[in-house]
Amino acid sequence: MVQLTLPNNSKPKQGKTWNTPTKGGNWREFHIYRWSPDDQENPHIDTYHVDMDDCGPMVLDGIIWIKNNIDPTLTFRRSCREGICGSCSMNIDGTNTLACTKGLDEIKGPVKIYPLPHMAVVKDLVPDLSHFYAQHRSIEPWLKTTTPKPQKEWKQSVKDRAELDGLYECILCACCSTSCPSYWWNSDRYLGPAALLQAYRWVADSRDEATGERLDDLEDPFRLYRCHTIMNCAKACPKGLSPAKAIAELKKKMVERKY
Amino acid sequence: MSYRTPLSNVKGLGTANEGSEHFWRQRITGVANLILSVFVVFAAFQLAGESHSTVKQFFANPLYVSLAIAFVLSTTYHMRLGMQVVIEDYVHNEGSKILLLILNTFFTAFVALAGVVSLLKLSFGA
Repeated sequence: MVQLTLPNNSKPKQGKTWNTPTKGGNWREFHIYRWSPDDQENPHIDTYHVDMDDCGPMVLDGIIWIKNNIDPTLTFRRSCREGICGSCSMNIDGTNTLACTKGLDEIKGPVKIYPLPHMAVVKDLVPDLSHFYAQHRSIEPWLKTTTPKPQKEWKQSVKDRAELDGLYECILCACCSTSCPSYWWNSDRYLGPAALLQAYRWVADSRDEATGERLDDLEDPFRLYRCHTIMNCAKACPKGLSPAKAIAELKKKMVERKY
Repeated sequence: MSYRTPLSNVKGLGTANEGSEHFWRQRITGVANLILSVFVVFAAFQLAGESHSTVKQFFANPLYVSLAIAFVLSTTYHMRLGMQVVIEDYVHNEGSKILLLILNTFFTAFVALAGVVSLLKLSFGA
């Protein structure tokens, strides 16, 4: 059956408080999930205090401040700090989102940060995304054609190009897939919202000549049809996209080609 | 420790080449259930508190008994499809899953059969 509770060695415990503000000022409390593969300890929730007069406005600024000023062992991914690389996705204040685009002023009380849910943790806030990336690879996310290549580019009308809006912007941060209960229970066989949105991005591309084969590859009770329109994906997406809608479009195409 | 590549894990046993039919039938029976429920509510209001002979007389009408049988068939088929999805979602042990899927089919088929036989008995019985 589905495992509804964490195994004993994965249950988070109360961690330590790293610093307590000694002087007055504008301090913000952070509760952050910590786990290291190097010791045999359970995960623990550590407490840090960040001097907001010395720190930028975003959650990412806060955890970089902690890494620079309090605890250099705090481990997380980050790169572009402007919502385009998808590296700093984590569970902040109960929702999967990008630390770089989540404002600290949007959060009431202590800032609670966990890694993306239901993924194997490499260390602290870094989840193992190998399987997630392999799912993206499996939908063959590139233009497939058999017609000989034109002299210049493959042409596309303005209207056909508009079909890709709301799809091409996906940055593969995994916020949607890791917020999806169907993905939690069946990620071994269900492709998940991110890979399916990407699959639809190529099905919807007027230049692609492998639409039928792409749909054939999704004709499966698990790969596509584990989606039960729960909509967590659309709620979580930090880019404002709707993987749920893309999946619905795929299902429509599946029925459309039958009748 | 497995040395399978992540892509090999994702591809697994390949696609089952089905799924859309299940999805479509679930929608079709869903729509049918909605329409037939109107008749069931109507029948319930007509027959509430009435005697056995009135009920028999009601179901002697070929239209009414046909609608009632259609309701039994559509709902039990819908129930089988829905329960199958729940089992596939939550039961991950292959043996238990297959067993439950078989029991699911037997159970819903029997409920359908019992419902249809009862309605026919009511309609045609002495």
